Amino acid sequence: MNLTLKVWRQNGPSDEGRMVTYKVEDVSPDMSFLEMLDVLNERLILEGDDPVAFDHDCREGICGMCGMVINGVAHGEQRATTTCQLHMRHFKDGDEVTIEPWRAAPFPVVKDLVVDRSAFDRIIQAGGFISVPAGSAPDAHSVPVKKEDADAAFDAATCIGCGACVAACPNGSASLFTAAKITHLGLLPQGQPERDSRAKAMVEQMDLEGFGGCTNTGECTAVCPKGIPLDTIARMNADFLKASK
Amino acid sequence: MSERETHGYKVGDPIRDTKAPEGPIEDRWDKRRFSAKLVNPANKRKINVIVVGTGLAGGSAAATLGELGYKVKSFCYQDSPRRAHSIAAQGGINAAKNYRGDGDSVYRLFYDTVKGGDFRARESNVYRLAQVSVNIIDQAVAQGVPFAREYGGLLDTRSFGGAQVSRTFYARGQTGQQLLLGAYSALERQVAAGTVEMHTRHEMLDLVVSGGRARGVIVRDMVTGEIETHLADAVVLATGGYGNVFFLSTNAKGCNTTAIWRAHERGAMFANPCYTQIHPTCIPVSGDYQSKLTLMSESLRNDGRVWVPLAKGDARKPSEIPEDERDYYLERIYPAFGNLVPRDIASRAAKNVCDEGRGVGPGGLGVYLDFADAIARLGRDAVEKKYGNLFEMYERITGENPYETPMRIYPAVHYTMGGLWVDYDLQSTIPGLFVVGEANFSDHGANRLGASALMQGLADGYFVLPTTIGDYLAGSKSFDEVDEADVEEARQKVQQKIDKLLSVNGTRTADSYHRELGRIMWDYCGMERTEESLRKALERIPELREEFWNNVKVPGDPEGLNQALERAGRVADFFDLAELMCIDALHRTESCGGHFRAESQDADGEALRDDENFAYVAAWEWGQDGPTLHKEALDYEYVKMTQRSYK
Repeated sequence: MNLTLKVWRQNGPSDEGRMVTYKVEDVSPDMSFLEMLDVLNERLILEGDDPVAFDHDCREGICGMCGMVINGVAHGEQRATTTCQLHMRHFKDGDEVTIEPWRAAPFPVVKDLVVDRSAFDRIIQAGGFISVPAGSAPDAHSVPVKKEDADAAFDAATCIGCGACVAACPNGSASLFTAAKITHLGLLPQGQPERDSRAKAMVEQMDLEGFGGCTNTGECTAVCPKGIPLDTIARMNADFLKASK
Repeated sequence: MSERETHGYKVGDPIRDTKAPEGPIEDRWDKRRFSAKLVNPANKRKINVIVVGTGLAGGSAAATLGELGYKVKSFCYQDSPRRAHSIAAQGGINAAKNYRGDGDSVYRLFYDTVKGGDFRARESNVYRLAQVSVNIIDQAVAQGVPFAREYGGLLDTRSFGGAQVSRTFYARGQTGQQLLLGAYSALERQVAAGTVEMHTRHEMLDLVVSGGRARGVIVRDMVTGEIETHLADAVVLATGGYGNVFFLSTNAKGCNTTAIWRAHERGAMFANPCYTQIHPTCIPVSGDYQSKLTLMSESLRNDGRVWVPLAKGDARKPSEIPEDERDYYLERIYPAFGNLVPRDIASRAAKNVCDEGRGVGPGGLGVYLDFADAIARLGRDAVEKKYGNLFEMYERITGENPYETPMRIYPAVHYTMGGLWVDYDLQSTIPGLFVVGEANFSDHGANRLGASALMQGLADGYFVLPTTIGDYLAGSKSFDEVDEADVEEARQKVQQKIDKLLSVNGTRTADSYHRELGRIMWDYCGMERTEESLRKALERIPELREEFWNNVKVPGDPEGLNQALERAGRVADFFDLAELMCIDALHRTESCGGHFRAESQDADGEALRDDENFAYVAAWEWGQDGPTLHKEALDYEYVKMTQRSYK
């Protein structure tokens, strides 16, 4: 199939940026979206143009490094799918495809489709952990965990930190990301001692980074490649309120 | 003719001392811990350690060294330490907990690992790994890693590729992710505590060696393009494996050999580079544009049955091929282990049936992995619970529904057992350079068992390195000042390489060379190697490298984000590594584990080891005019060397 791509090009954080149109031909339906961009970039290099910069690494939907807004939707229209796992069979000949970076003030553009997501690391630094130095742990079976709790903790823990939730949110909120970690650790007995301080510190850091507030729009969970549920945010708010009393 | 001209290498002195303590194997790690010098807590604050790479080994090492009070700098090329490729490990992590009471023990895990490694690993290291494995599970659970649990609230386990006990702990199909996020959270806790300084989007391009010791790294800030020098009292490399030398592999796109290769050029010996693990259950290649291969966890082989049509060239749909016209070849050839034979055996068997013309799918490079029986026996829901996310991933990539039609799978490069040579303390042949995780060669011999990579990475990072590096650092007060000339020389070398790559301005992209190099390696140094194929590769690689340096086109500037430049630098190092892999593969005329020499097989086509001549680690020293081989003899005091049989 042949496609028309409109790609956001921006040479650095201070550059204004613009959409640039490229034609790509003979796209195979079995290609991944990123492979389609690889083919474009190979051509641009040989033509003496600057290839389109984009983040990617594992290309199997788990590292969280890739992410672009495709036709207005973070990671594209296919649900529960990272950009690298989106395949061209979901497009058709003659389609026009717009490709943009995550857009949110706390995620400044580095170049083209690459953004700086280090704010997420700082939210984790604020409290997204259980303090347990290596070698100090008791036997793994000393504390049984209800299967339901372990499963729910796992579901929240599958967050890949890609930032699609922020990109999709009209407020640029990082609530789903932050809530996923608070929920994961807060559901486990091991996470209880630091539960209050964790919720408080992580929410405060989130605000400090300049992410917006949550207004229950739900766009975040709709684009989340791992389907992190919206009710994690309710849990975060409850923990935060309790900790703030 | 000199030895070097005939064989491409020369033979140097053997390595006699690996620093493993003597005495009963179960006491050796205790002995080493007691003999290791300690560093006064007040002094640790003044000691600097650099850790490159933030996967399971590097992340856990940096976090633990920070907890101990050292001043740590951690580097990764990704935008966050959480993205290292350990994150993609699916199946699980082994530990000798014996929670099932099914006869497991530290000794059995040790035994299985030595045997699975085809008797090419060190007994002392492997025993320690098995001992430490139980602590890893405790550590991970305490950190909040949400392992699968049973209704009683205790941890669930499963049996995994080649093991007859149920010792693999898992978190659905995302065990690597959950363990890495555990290490990542421990690391970020230390960043917040101020003990670890994190440098993301930085790529190590050289090692600083001064006064005979590793004293720092030269890195490129991938955002600004600036070349930076970071000095320390010791350097830890945790930069993963080099499977991407094949271009197509299950590694992440960014995985590369540059850090360990540049350290090799600085004097760290490279051990067993030819030991490559080809994973049997990956999604087959679909076209020329293919950028990477995706693994399907081998836990699928617990319930899936592998088959091909009995007849050659049978083009019918799988559903139209009746039961008696199918060949469940693993069950047929290996009745004792069936579909659960180790990875190297399953991979070669798949290659053999495809070579016979019985492969399925495009190009005949695929075999079926069929869940019809499992669905009939356990019900679709139970199968979905166990493998749901893997089935979804398969469908997303291929557009086929594995609940209805069998998966198609084919082997792909997955893991490299070779790596920088290290002693019992995980120290390389450069004093002060330690190597952990997949980047070293240590524990898996010629073949790694499933669910053992996560175990080794975390054992190295949480428990082994933090103890052994202390012994080295205890003497750091007497280290000389770093010689400025050594730093300048390393910076110059890095800068010259970058300038050269940007100045060629030829007609082919770095990726197109990488793809061609990968094809050479897959065809001539892949699942099956022969003297003829390896000699062909050794002819082609230098030719292609020559062309690369004269005709590659790398656009852009040295400043700023330049992903094409990053890739070109990595490809350049892959060429040199590829050559060493082929030399190693050519010199090892036996078959063992992940190294199958067609000349060395028994009447049934099974790998034939040559213990008399090859029971050693091949450690290669870099030299301007070719490598020098140093042999480390392997002695087996506890496990009797036998020909592996899974029949």
